[in-house]
Amino acid sequence: MLDRINKAQDVIDAACETLGRRINIMEVCGTHTVSIFRSGIRSILPDNLKLLSGPGCPVCVTDQGYIDAVLRLADRDDCLIATYGDMIRVPGKNGSLETKQAKANIRIVLSSEDALQLAKDNPDKTVVFIAVGFETTAPATAVVVKEAAAETIYNFCILSGHKLVVPAMRALLSEKNHNINAFLCPGHVSAIIGYGAFAGIVEDFCRPCVVAGFEPVQIIEGLCEICRQLSAGKAELKSIYSAVVTEKGNIAAQQIVNECFEPADGYWRGLGKIKKSTLKLKDKYSRFDAFRRFGVSEEPSEEIKGCRCGEVLCGLIEPTECGLFGRDCTPQEPVGPCMVSSEGACAAWFKYGREKRRKR
Amino acid sequence: MKKTGNDRILLAHGGGGQLMDDLIRQHILPSLKNDALAELGDSARLDVAGSSLCFTTDSYVVKPLFFNGGDIGKLAVCGTVNDLAVAGSKPVALTLSLIIEDGFEIDLLDKILASVGQTANRIGVDIVTGDTKTVEAGAADRIFINTAGIGIRLTGVDLGFGKIAVGDKIMINGTIGDHGMTIISQREEMKFQSQLRSDCASLAGLIRELLENTSGIKFMRDPTRGGLAATLNEIARSTALSVEIRETDIPVRPAVQAAADMLGFDVLTIANEGKFVAIVSPESVNDCLSICRNNKLGKEANIIGEVVGTLDVPLVEIETRIGGKRIVQMPYGRELPRIC
Repeated sequence: MLDRINKAQDVIDAACETLGRRINIMEVCGTHTVSIFRSGIRSILPDNLKLLSGPGCPVCVTDQGYIDAVLRLADRDDCLIATYGDMIRVPGKNGSLETKQAKANIRIVLSSEDALQLAKDNPDKTVVFIAVGFETTAPATAVVVKEAAAETIYNFCILSGHKLVVPAMRALLSEKNHNINAFLCPGHVSAIIGYGAFAGIVEDFCRPCVVAGFEPVQIIEGLCEICRQLSAGKAELKSIYSAVVTEKGNIAAQQIVNECFEPADGYWRGLGKIKKSTLKLKDKYSRFDAFRRFGVSEEPSEEIKGCRCGEVLCGLIEPTECGLFGRDCTPQEPVGPCMVSSEGACAAWFKYGREKRRKR
Repeated sequence: MKKTGNDRILLAHGGGGQLMDDLIRQHILPSLKNDALAELGDSARLDVAGSSLCFTTDSYVVKPLFFNGGDIGKLAVCGTVNDLAVAGSKPVALTLSLIIEDGFEIDLLDKILASVGQTANRIGVDIVTGDTKTVEAGAADRIFINTAGIGIRLTGVDLGFGKIAVGDKIMINGTIGDHGMTIISQREEMKFQSQLRSDCASLAGLIRELLENTSGIKFMRDPTRGGLAATLNEIARSTALSVEIRETDIPVRPAVQAAADMLGFDVLTIANEGKFVAIVSPESVNDCLSICRNNKLGKEANIIGEVVGTLDVPLVEIETRIGGKRIVQMPYGRELPRIC
């Protein structure tokens, strides 16, 4: 393994020296973010190569307005909230699910199937599944919606907060002062949507897009491929995660998502409204749509004073440049989206890289 | 860091991480000031009528009550015994308090008590007094156990943060994360099949052997809640020295690593119940390792890093498998499964 790393490092070093300017590569996957921090990859890269942690953590980019809708449902005695663990600490306007947990109508589930089972086990309550995640978790949500419809389990519904990665990447590149030179594309999402889904970004914005796996060596090889392209003045689409990712992706998963959901405009924490970037249940499944069933809506959140998550997500600043970081905004009491989940850029920075590196 | 603004207790306050530390320092210590408590050791050190004693207490609320490698009864004895042992004492007597929910099955209680008795017998420590309370259904989760323990400090042994110096080695007696990942994998909501087994064990025998036959051990602690990350951060914070560890030298069972990776946990923050971290002077490393490796509780003992000087703030740093470096932070308190 060290051989492969050394080889890739040599290419990266040479490319960065040739280029001579600052290179910004953005990863848009929370698992990449955590792996990069945990394995200390930043510490072995040349100084002019910066890794930016983009909007890759679905929990982090879930808007405050969505959380407020969840909290309103959590206050109802006839509802049981089924949520992935990461959502527990995400702040809304007045608290989080963690601070409401004493009420005991909030259950942490590990899968959408667990949420549906909860509905079967509690026929006197309406189970609301907090369906968040990118293209990776959307198929699992679609499966249980179809199951609930087929088995007429009408005390089950979902609050869809599902988001799509590609529209967000396009939105970032459409910002006037963005400084993203290339994308390290997400492995899991690509397994579903296929690496071909990034072709438009390469064509329209002339930015290299390389899909890589999550092992440190795979990430370094992905960075190596990007550096090779940049130093040759090229922008190409490439997957180096061929064991898992194909060009067309998982067609069956795409079909079931398309059957249940349609793209809709939606709000992203830190990025605002992005066109056709979220998944909304189609009309034929409206019975399972908690927004419609309970008449709740996702109000756009007010801007959080002093929070610079938008700039962090766009790669314009590093987390430590935000005035709230580590003082008013910590993993215990997150203010901005990037501090919310362990996969958020600020949280990972806080956990694994906050202090100044000690010099020998 | 600002004072935490929670107005209610969260589950994470009991997780052995930053939040619990804040709770102890901001709410508990101000009301209960005394020298023995201020050390915040695993056990309090007391000099009573000419005897040097260690005194400790711990409550056990583990769920499930029975798990691969142990049960709440075994844990309640071993946990308190280990707290006495790592403070450099020979455990002599324990108390046993039971808080039982209305409706709890008597035959399960018998099984737990048999386990308490067998474990105490094996260790050679008596349960000398106790208490039983019952509460309404819903006021407790089946059964909670508290044990307190008293030990006699081993002659000539004086462990403490104060003795730790730059160059000292960090030793652990085996693999990390076994207990925590076993418990998580056997929780009702997880139920994934695995070969995980808790490391729950009394360390009193091995620790006594080490302390009586070597002279270079300066400090010991059992990395329970909060795992190795919390223990090493406490060491860095209390000594104002930094700690460097190497990922490749830390023993982890592949099944534990795989389960932790799957759920998005950092194995450094996962609880152990049969492990100690010892800070050892470089000269006595070989003696300590050989004693450990000849004991079944220390076969995989290893030196995982060292104490180093601090230039700005005391840090725990890890050299990763790929030769990179990162900081190991004090865990928050409660690791949650990730979703993506």
